[in-house]
Amino acid sequence: MNKALTIGGMAAAAFVITGWSVGFSQDRPSVPPPEGSPLGELISGYEFRTPETQALQDDDFINPGFLWVENGEELWETADGAAGKSCESCHGDAEDSMNGVGARYPVYSEATGKPINLEQRINLCRTENMQAEPWRWESPELLGMMTFVRYQSRGVPVAVEIDGPMQPFFEAGREFYYQRRGQLDMSCASCHEANYGMSLRADMLSQGHSNGFPTYRLKWQGVGSLHRRFRGCNQQVRADRFGYGSDEYINLELYLAWRGMGLPVETPAVRQ
Amino acid sequence: MTRRRAIFAVLGAGVAVLAMIGPALGEGVVAYRVVDGFSIPEPLTAAPGDPERGRAVAINRRQGNCLSCHVMPIAEQPFHGEVGPSLYGVANRYDAAELRLRVVDAKVVNPDSFMPAFYRTEGLHDVSEAFRDKPILDAQQVEDVVAYLMTLTEEQ
Repeated sequence: MNKALTIGGMAAAAFVITGWSVGFSQDRPSVPPPEGSPLGELISGYEFRTPETQALQDDDFINPGFLWVENGEELWETADGAAGKSCESCHGDAEDSMNGVGARYPVYSEATGKPINLEQRINLCRTENMQAEPWRWESPELLGMMTFVRYQSRGVPVAVEIDGPMQPFFEAGREFYYQRRGQLDMSCASCHEANYGMSLRADMLSQGHSNGFPTYRLKWQGVGSLHRRFRGCNQQVRADRFGYGSDEYINLELYLAWRGMGLPVETPAVRQ
Repeated sequence: MTRRRAIFAVLGAGVAVLAMIGPALGEGVVAYRVVDGFSIPEPLTAAPGDPERGRAVAINRRQGNCLSCHVMPIAEQPFHGEVGPSLYGVANRYDAAELRLRVVDAKVVNPDSFMPAFYRTEGLHDVSEAFRDKPILDAQQVEDVVAYLMTLTEEQ
């Protein structure tokens, strides 16, 4: 009796000491982090969702994000602008030409002297090569094309450049990540580095990776961009929101991509 | 010229009045005294805290939202958070003065805490306009929450 109690007590103590993180990683697939990462393991946001939400992502025929993929595919083939070109005119079959492209962004732009993300790259193609109007952020067109292009990299590990000219922007992104902000005085790290796997009421905190974006969120009842998610996070801690495509969010996007280096692109992911 | 001066005088008087009644409006904070970095012995308000109101503040997602991070003896609410420690029996571990500081500004006790300071407007970064220079809770709500926490003697 006493012995049984002691063993039980020791097991309980061991659980308290090792904490949830050991038990957590044991039954959730992870990949090793990049050098210098503050995380011991990288776990996709997928692993933090309920089986019901995961099932929506797993089956391409019921994954609602594929409506955006299809919309993007149509736009890919459609000529627009004064030059009379479509994406296909220059890039051919997206399955070949875009494979792996979405996993590498943001990239450094010589023209602007700073990083650009995939939304900006798409719109540059439109304004410069197609002589068409740029698409508005969060428009069905830009979200469709984004989702379609990123989908061509599904399964490809995220891999961004952070050295050379990218370095100052990477550093700025890291600074943003760790800056406590808003009336609630919280940083990205407060939730996604220190407390992933923990519940915040009904929501389980993830590591906050970007590999599923653009992602279909049940809360949005639609696909949305990473910057929309940033704005939502900032708003939740009652902080200033920055603009879609702002330097602040591009730098954060770069830093976040590095934090998730090695995780496969999951676009179109499904999240809560 | 005279007219402009008059407008300034009116504005000045308005600011002065606002500054005086500010805390009652929930703008700015009333002065309080931290003792030994561990407690605030004197209540923030003359009126005593009301535990029933405090319980409601603790549940309300736009006010205390304590349930977001803490398990509490509030059975009718599903999904208690687990980022912070359980508040079952918290009144057995701290007195009102200690709880008051932890609600007002938990980072005085532990600078690495993620817990928001519920009654501080200084030293924050990029606060959105709607919440700028306003504490999360007003002084009476702080007292109400402290009064409620003091009722939590039941251990889990």
